[in-house]
Amino acid sequence: MVLHRVKSKLFGLIIGVLLLILFNFLSIILGYTDITIQTAIDAFTNFNGSNEHIIIQDVRLPRALIATAVGASLGVAGALLQALTRNPLASPDILGFNAGASFSIVVALMLFSVSSLQATTWIAFFGATIAGLLVYFLGSIGRDGMTPIKMTLAGAAIAALFGSLTQGLLVLDETALDQVLFWMSGSVQGRKLEILLAVLPYLVIGLIIAISISNKINILTMGEDVARGLGQRTLFVKLITGIAVILLAGGSVAIAGPIGFIGIVVPHVVKSFAGNDYRWIIPYCGIVGGIFLLMADIGARYVLMPEEVPVGIMTALVGTPFFIYIARKGGKLA
Amino acid sequence: MRKYASVRTFRDQISFLLDRKAFTFHVISLLILGVIFLISAGMGEQFFSPWEAFNIILGNGSSFESLIVQSFRMPRILISIMVGISLAVAGAILQAILRNPLASPDVIGITGGASVAVVLFLAIFSNGSNALTVSIHWMPLAAFIGATIIAILLYLLAWKNGLSSFRLVLIGIGLWALTKALTNLLMIIGPIHQAAQANVWITGSVYGANWSNVQILAPITIVLILIAFIMTRHLNIQELGEDIALGVGARIERQRLGLLLLSTALIGSSVAFAGGIGFVGLMAPHIARKLVGSSFGNLLPLSAIIGAILVLLADTIGRTFFLPIEVPAGVFTAAIGAPYFIYLLYRQRNA
Amino acid sequence: MHVLETRNLTLSYGDQIILDQLNLTIPHGKITVLIGSNGCGKSTLLRSMARLLKPQSGSILLDGELMFKLPTKEIAKKLAILPQGPVSPEGLTVLQLVKQGRYPYQKWFQQWSSKDEAIVHHALQSTGMAELSNRLVDSLSGGQRQRAWIAMTLAQDTDTILLDEPTTYLDLTHQIEVLDLLFELNEKEKRTVVMVLHDINLACRYAHHIVAVKDKAVYAQGKPEDIVDRELVKGVFNLECEVVPDPVFGTPMCVPYGKGRLMNGVKKDVIHIHA
Repeated sequence: MVLHRVKSKLFGLIIGVLLLILFNFLSIILGYTDITIQTAIDAFTNFNGSNEHIIIQDVRLPRALIATAVGASLGVAGALLQALTRNPLASPDILGFNAGASFSIVVALMLFSVSSLQATTWIAFFGATIAGLLVYFLGSIGRDGMTPIKMTLAGAAIAALFGSLTQGLLVLDETALDQVLFWMSGSVQGRKLEILLAVLPYLVIGLIIAISISNKINILTMGEDVARGLGQRTLFVKLITGIAVILLAGGSVAIAGPIGFIGIVVPHVVKSFAGNDYRWIIPYCGIVGGIFLLMADIGARYVLMPEEVPVGIMTALVGTPFFIYIARKGGKLA
Repeated sequence: MRKYASVRTFRDQISFLLDRKAFTFHVISLLILGVIFLISAGMGEQFFSPWEAFNIILGNGSSFESLIVQSFRMPRILISIMVGISLAVAGAILQAILRNPLASPDVIGITGGASVAVVLFLAIFSNGSNALTVSIHWMPLAAFIGATIIAILLYLLAWKNGLSSFRLVLIGIGLWALTKALTNLLMIIGPIHQAAQANVWITGSVYGANWSNVQILAPITIVLILIAFIMTRHLNIQELGEDIALGVGARIERQRLGLLLLSTALIGSSVAFAGGIGFVGLMAPHIARKLVGSSFGNLLPLSAIIGAILVLLADTIGRTFFLPIEVPAGVFTAAIGAPYFIYLLYRQRNA
Repeated sequence: MHVLETRNLTLSYGDQIILDQLNLTIPHGKITVLIGSNGCGKSTLLRSMARLLKPQSGSILLDGELMFKLPTKEIAKKLAILPQGPVSPEGLTVLQLVKQGRYPYQKWFQQWSSKDEAIVHHALQSTGMAELSNRLVDSLSGGQRQRAWIAMTLAQDTDTILLDEPTTYLDLTHQIEVLDLLFELNEKEKRTVVMVLHDINLACRYAHHIVAVKDKAVYAQGKPEDIVDRELVKGVFNLECEVVPDPVFGTPMCVPYGKGRLMNGVKKDVIHIHA
C-alpha cells in the first residue's frame, strides 16, 4: 500500500512517532530484569535510589535513546547513500564504513594504547570517514563512472582489506581482541549517555542537512546528467549529501560499533509505503530506523537469555535474507 | 620470430596454439619460484645459504640440518605453494564465471563459510578446560564443509531462471556479511582463548604444517588443478558472456556449476590447511592477466605460479622477519593485496 | 529449402506475452532483416531463433529438425549468433577472440587443428582483420571491433548467421562498413544472414527479405520493393511518410512527414502535417 495524499502521509508520520515512543518504553521495561510499568514511571518522577531505579536511569534509558539515535541515523544515512550512488544495495556497512572504524579502533588500542571511550569514539569516526571516502572514490573511477556493482564490490573489497588487517593485528594481541570483540559486533548496550551527547550534535546536523536537501536529492536521483541539465550544481549537492552521510554513519559507528543492514532494510521498507519523494522518505527513514533498531535490541536480549547477543548480529541475521531478496529481485541494477 | 607457434602431433589429434611470449613468462616465473623456494628453505633461526639448502634437500647435509630443512621447513613450503596455486586458480575461475575482475573467493563468502565452520568446530569440540575433545585433524574437513555449504547456498540463491553473474556477486557479498556476523557471534559467546585460536586461523597461516598434511593436500590439489586445466577452453568461452557462450554451443549453466564447484573445492582444501589467506585469489590472476592477457591457456598456469610465489613469500617473511614472533601469512597478503587492489581500481580509471 | 522456421511460436517474459503463435520461415541463402518499433519483440524473436531464449510454446525448426532436441553444439555448427553489444574481456587479442568461434568443434586435447587454423585465417581475411589479428580487441575502433566479433561468428563456420542490431553505437561510416561486409559474405559465400536493424532505409538497401513485426505478430513480410510503402510504415511505426526510390540504389526509401524547414520551390500544401 502506498500512501498518496499528504494528509495520510502526515498521519502515518504521527503514528510512527507514537510507535517510536512506545518501543522506547518497551526497551526500558523489558529485559533480564523485567520492570513493571509503575516502577519505570517512578524512576523518573520519584527516584528512590533502588537498584531497579538505577538500572532504569543508568542502563535502560541510555540504551533505548542510543538505539533510537543510531537506528534513525543509519536509516537516513542508508537512504542518502542509495540516492547518492543510485544503488539500492548501498548502505554504510556494505560500503566499508564499519570495517574502517573497527580497524582504526584496533590500531589505536594496540599501537597507542588509547582506551578512553571518548577517544575511541573520535577514532571510529575518523576510520569510518576514511573508508567511506576511499570506497566512494574507488567506486566512481573508471570509464563507466559509478556503477552500483562497482561500488558494492569496492565496498566489499575495502571491508575485506580492513577486516584482514584488523584480524592480523588481533592475532598478535589477545587482550586487545577481548576488548574490541564486543564492540566489533555492534551493540547499544553498556554505553553511557555522555557518549551519545558527545556525538549527538553531529547526528543532528546530519539529519538537518538531510531534510533540507531532500528536494535536491529528488532531482539528483533522476541521474547526474539530467540533474545538471536542470541547473543543479550536482557536485555541490553530492558533496553536501556525502558530508551528511559521514556525519550520520560515522557518528553511529562511533557510538554503537558496526551495526549492519539497517541502512539497506529501512529505506526499502519506507519506499514501499511512502513513495519516492525524499522529502517524505527521509523523516520516515529516521523513525522507522529507530523503531527497527529498538526492536532488534529488545530481541537481542531474549535470543540467548541470559546471554545477550550484540544487536549488530541480530540485524545481520535479519538483514542478510533481505539483502539477498533485493539482489534477486533487482534485475535492472546492472 | 612469430608470436605464436602451432603445436600438433598425431595427425592433428592433439593440437594447441602456443603463445611464445607467454611461454617465456612461465619459464621466468618458475625460476623465481625456485629461487624463493631455496631461500625460504634456508631461512629461519638456523640460517643456510640457498646453495647449502639445495644440497641439504638433495640429502647432502648432516642429520641435524636435514631434520630442520626436511622435517620442519619443507612441509610448510610445500603447503604454501599448493595453497597459493589453489587460491590463484580458484580466483581466476571465479573471475571468469562472474565476469568481474574484482570478484574473489574472500569477497563472495566462500572463505567466510569456512571460517564459520572452524569457529563452530572449536566451540563444539572444546571441553571446559579449553582442550579439544577430538583430533585437530578434523578441522580441515569442517572448513571444507563450511565452504561447500556457502557455495551451494550461493548457487541456489542466485538461481532465478538461470544464473546471472551479477546476482552471484551481489548475493555472494550478502553471504559474506552473514558469515562475518556468525563468526563474530560464535567468537563472542565462546571463551576468549577459543576466539584467539580461531582468529589466527581466520587470518590465514600455514603455521604447524607437517608431512601428513602434505600427503593429504597434494593429491587433492593435483587432481583439481588438472581438472581446471582441462576446463580451460570453457573458461575462455565463459568470459565472453552468456549470449556468446550459448551461441557457440556451450552448456553454460552446467559448466558454471561445475566451475563453481571446482573453485569451491580448491578454496575449501586450501582454506582447510591454511585458513583464510586473503587477496591471493584476486591478485595472482590479475598480475598474470597484465603479463599474458586473458586467454586462459596462458592465464591459468601463470596465475598458479604467481599465487605460489605470493603465499610462499608471505609465509617466509612472516616466519623469519619478526622472530621470535610469527606473523600469519594472511597479514602480508592483505598488506600487499589491498594497495594492489586500490592501484587496480585506480588504473581502471584510464581504461 | 528453408533453414530456419518457427511454428506457432509464443514467446514471453514472465506473464507478458511478447510474440503470439508466430509462423515464420527464413529464406535460405538470403539476407533477412527484422524491423519494427522499439519493444515490438524483434530482438526477442531473433534470440529465440538462436536458442538463447526458451519459447513459451511452439517450436523452432533448424533444417527441418526440432531445435530443442538438437545438442547445443550441433546447433552451433549450423547457426551462429552475435548478440547486441558484446563485451570482450580485457587483454584479449583479435586472434584469441576469433579462435573462440571454433569452440563447438574442439576437444580438450585438440584445440588448434590445421582446419581450425585455416578457417580462423579465412574468417580474419574475409572481415579484413588479418593485419589486426595481434591487436587487443579493446584498442580497436567501434567498426573494427564489430568486425572482429563478426569474424568470431564466421569462425563457427555456419551456414546461417544471426545478428542483433550489429550497427548500434556505430557512426554512419562504420554502419556501412559492417553492412557491406555482411552483404559480401552473403554474395560470395552464400551464407544466410538474419539481423535486426533499426534503420528502415538501410534495411531496404541490404535485405532480400524483410519481416515487419507489430503487435505480437508478423505484420508483413516479403521483398522490400514489394512490401515497403506508406501503409506499411504507417501500420508498423505509426508514422506518416512518403516512400520514394533511393536515388542511388533504387530501393525503397522512406521520407517521414512531420515538421521541418521548407526549401525554395516546395509548396507547403504538399506536406501534410500530422501533429
